[in-house]
Amino acid sequence: RMHFLSFFKTLIGKQIIVELKNDLALQGTLHSVDQYLNIKLNDMKVIDPTKYPHLNAVKNCFIRGSVVRYVQLPAKDVDTQLLQDSTRRALKSGEKLR
Amino acid sequence: QIVNIITNDGRNIVGVLKGYDQCINIILEDCHERVFSPDAGVEQVVLGLYIIRGDNVSVIGEVDEDEDIKTDYSKVTGDVLKPVVH
Repeated sequence: RMHFLSFFKTLIGKQIIVELKNDLALQGTLHSVDQYLNIKLNDMKVIDPTKYPHLNAVKNCFIRGSVVRYVQLPAKDVDTQLLQDSTRRALKSGEKLR
Repeated sequence: QIVNIITNDGRNIVGVLKGYDQCINIILEDCHERVFSPDAGVEQVVLGLYIIRGDNVSVIGEVDEDEDIKTDYSKVTGDVLKPVVH
């Protein structure tokens, strides 16, 4: 089921903000994504660094997919229509397989 | 390479990455935990060699040693990191 993996791959090189399940928010350029939706960010900076100075000396980081709550994307980088259509198609073919 | 690990329970562990696998199990050498609080930043030496199970890893950061050396952690204050809630 490659659906969102392919979607994230279209965002490689774009600026995103990843909000984690521990309330940490990291902004950076999407470097890569894998089958577990683990995310690698380059030129990462912490949103609210006075609260969370822990990653001050870190530029590139790896985020485990299981701890991601949200991924914030620039609206202009997402073709919402395309995403909705392909999600609908994927849902349809999923139901047929049962 | 020196890395900074954020674990699911909100701990910050820094050490030399000696190895890892597909499950993100991590082997860290000469690692120490950095405990931050709104009052002061303190470091503890936890263990020479540590294995962290991948289940418990949130973030792995590449430490820029130059930046890190510039920082006087005894003067840095910060909030306690929250544990991961699924």
